[in-house]
Amino acid sequence: MTDAADLRRRTAELLAAYPPSRLPPPPSTEDPAGPPPSSATTDRLDFLRARFDAGLAWVHYPEGLGGLGAPRSLQAVVDADLEAEGAPDNDPRRIGIGLGMAAPTILAYGTEEQKRRYLRPLWTGEEVWCQLFSEPGAGSDLAALGTRAVRQGDGDWVVNGQKVWTSSAHIARWAILIARTDPDVPKHRGITYFICDMTDPGVEVRPLRQVTGEAEFNEVFITDVRIPDSRRLGEIGDGWKVAQTTLNNERVAIGGMRLPREGGMIGPVARTWRERPELRTHDLHQRLLKLWVEAEAARLTAERLRQQLVAGQPGPEGAGMKLAFARLNQEISGLEVELRGEEGLLYDDWTMRRPELVDFVGRDAGYRYLRSKGNSIEGGTTEVLLNIVAERVLGLPGEPRTDKDVAWKDLAR
Amino acid sequence: MSTQSPQRAEPDLLYSEDEEALRAAVRDLLADHCDAAGVIARAESDAPHDRELWKLLADGMGLAGLLVPEELGGQGATHREVAVVLEELGRAVAPVPYLTSAVVATEALLAADAGDLLGELASGRRIGALAVALNIPAGSAYQVVRFEDGALHGELTGIADAAVADVLLVPADDGGLYAVDASAATVTPQVSLDLTRPLAKVTLDGAPGRLLGDAEPAVRRALRAGAGLLASEQLGLAEWTLTETVRYLKERKQFNRPVGGFQALKHRLAQLWLEVVNLRATARNAADQLATGGDDADLAVAVAQAFAAPVAVHAAEEALQLHGGIGMTWEHPVHLYLKRAKADSIAYGTAGAHRAALAELVDLRAP
Repeated sequence: MTDAADLRRRTAELLAAYPPSRLPPPPSTEDPAGPPPSSATTDRLDFLRARFDAGLAWVHYPEGLGGLGAPRSLQAVVDADLEAEGAPDNDPRRIGIGLGMAAPTILAYGTEEQKRRYLRPLWTGEEVWCQLFSEPGAGSDLAALGTRAVRQGDGDWVVNGQKVWTSSAHIARWAILIARTDPDVPKHRGITYFICDMTDPGVEVRPLRQVTGEAEFNEVFITDVRIPDSRRLGEIGDGWKVAQTTLNNERVAIGGMRLPREGGMIGPVARTWRERPELRTHDLHQRLLKLWVEAEAARLTAERLRQQLVAGQPGPEGAGMKLAFARLNQEISGLEVELRGEEGLLYDDWTMRRPELVDFVGRDAGYRYLRSKGNSIEGGTTEVLLNIVAERVLGLPGEPRTDKDVAWKDLAR
Repeated sequence: MSTQSPQRAEPDLLYSEDEEALRAAVRDLLADHCDAAGVIARAESDAPHDRELWKLLADGMGLAGLLVPEELGGQGATHREVAVVLEELGRAVAPVPYLTSAVVATEALLAADAGDLLGELASGRRIGALAVALNIPAGSAYQVVRFEDGALHGELTGIADAAVADVLLVPADDGGLYAVDASAATVTPQVSLDLTRPLAKVTLDGAPGRLLGDAEPAVRRALRAGAGLLASEQLGLAEWTLTETVRYLKERKQFNRPVGGFQALKHRLAQLWLEVVNLRATARNAADQLATGGDDADLAVAVAQAFAAPVAVHAAEEALQLHGGIGMTWEHPVHLYLKRAKADSIAYGTAGAHRAALAELVDLRAP
């Protein structure tokens, strides 16, 4: 078994072969144009590819696929040493869907060929992924989806349908896609999981303008897109089970992050309070302190969850962290708009932009207030997550089901 | 990945194996010797404290001396272990003077360096009580008695567990903290909201006292530890009410299905679970910061109390409501938890008092 000392040795070897002082800084996440097209880009990618090949990308992955089969908790050892030397990172925020959702699913269900084809450029960020799950008629009831994949005589699939709320679709090279392959069986049983090529001419990405004025999400129209059977993940009709792997990993990715005190949404409002005494009122003071305490409690809970993961004892707390942060973000950002008084009546810019990144805090108070409304919808609505906590953590009875034994084609829509 | 300067190490928010073993031992003992029906019956009697249970905890397990160094006859453990004991005592609303004697009075004596008394309290041979009203937070003004002609004169009210104390730690107007033998004082029980942690009035009429040291630092330290560790008691209490309510709602049927299957109730219980999970992190943080004497101890205590009190009260109130009419009866123990939770929300400072302290600590000042 690979231990911490071994990983540190391997990390030192990588750093010796690719001294990071020669490397340019990673592309700025604030600069939508990305890094200048110079040889610098090649250097950064060379390092990332070498890191992947050395098994130091995600150490818990298998050898040859960017890992060494080491305990997941030891990744922190590698990351700390690389960060200390100023090594470039793979811009995890920009490729979050690939890292957090596509990769673990491909690892669990992909063929050897698929793993070798997709995981390396996914990790280095050369290929961005998006997720084609939600549809206009299938959000919380995801298994009701209607996008059809029909098998052809040659074994390939032809896909038609519409997806929605797709982050990064406008920059993605690949997508994980679930589609209905058998409408004659109950909805959870007739779904199959595919990898979709976003450069296919049948894939049309249209920006979906949001309440913030931005188009961070997209609609994706899929018309006669041909997907070879070699890009199927898992068995035919097993797509719901495969999708559970994706969704469970999404929730793990949302919880368990490390935040400094005032590292979340409370930070900007606390700074405004300190810097602008003329805005203070007694009512706002009471509400601010209460939210500050709740934000600190949530931060400590996330930290406790992280410590549990490192100790190899993951707790059920992760299921609740998204709920806590969604509510806090909404209350805190709402308070900040009020605190700003006359300024709170203004907005920085309604111009439609298509950011590459989900940005929760980078703009002004009005933007934060509006964007945070999505926090209780995206990645599972608060209402659905409360059901999940109640049923899986507390063991309370499930919701009555009327769709379990009905063929998808016979469901009311 | 950020390239900020490395943060100071986070507190250890988990439980060690030894702490889990301690929890199991305390829980077993309480299961055998502190059932809800017994606590209710005792609460109605003239002797609401459970001296037998106290003897088992203090004598049998040595838990009264956790905070006392070994050379003074204690266990030389830390606030982290005490917190685990308090979680379990909270789960059982155990009517023992653990928080008042083994934590608050002990911390005051540690500050005053009173070796002989510490040994006595640690062994459980004597019970101590700090003669400061239970509602006072650290750093606030408290009532003192008059020191005159070498004796103490005055009346102090709201003293928790004074009815079973052998020694009272009394602050006087000369700035000193005095040890007063309970037999030299008149202790009159007050009818208390919390039946399991009763208050009393202490009257001193020329009582002799032994000067231990300065009152102010001793009282401040004692009340800070009391507030910080009270969060663990509140955690245990909230956990019991949640667990018991979930259990009941899985069994109780109305409209031909378990009541716990109705979404309106599931969501309330899931919210409550989330609050309890957050409470655990804040309580653990306070215990760890008190144990390590970190710079953030004041902040951790203020956060824990500002957060814990409303959560414990909410949990107990939800438990009562969701038990329906049964929750409103004297024979069901949920009322003991509600009374303890509400009293705890005032003990060692209200959430509002702790938020006010926090406003100074984190520079979020009032207008």
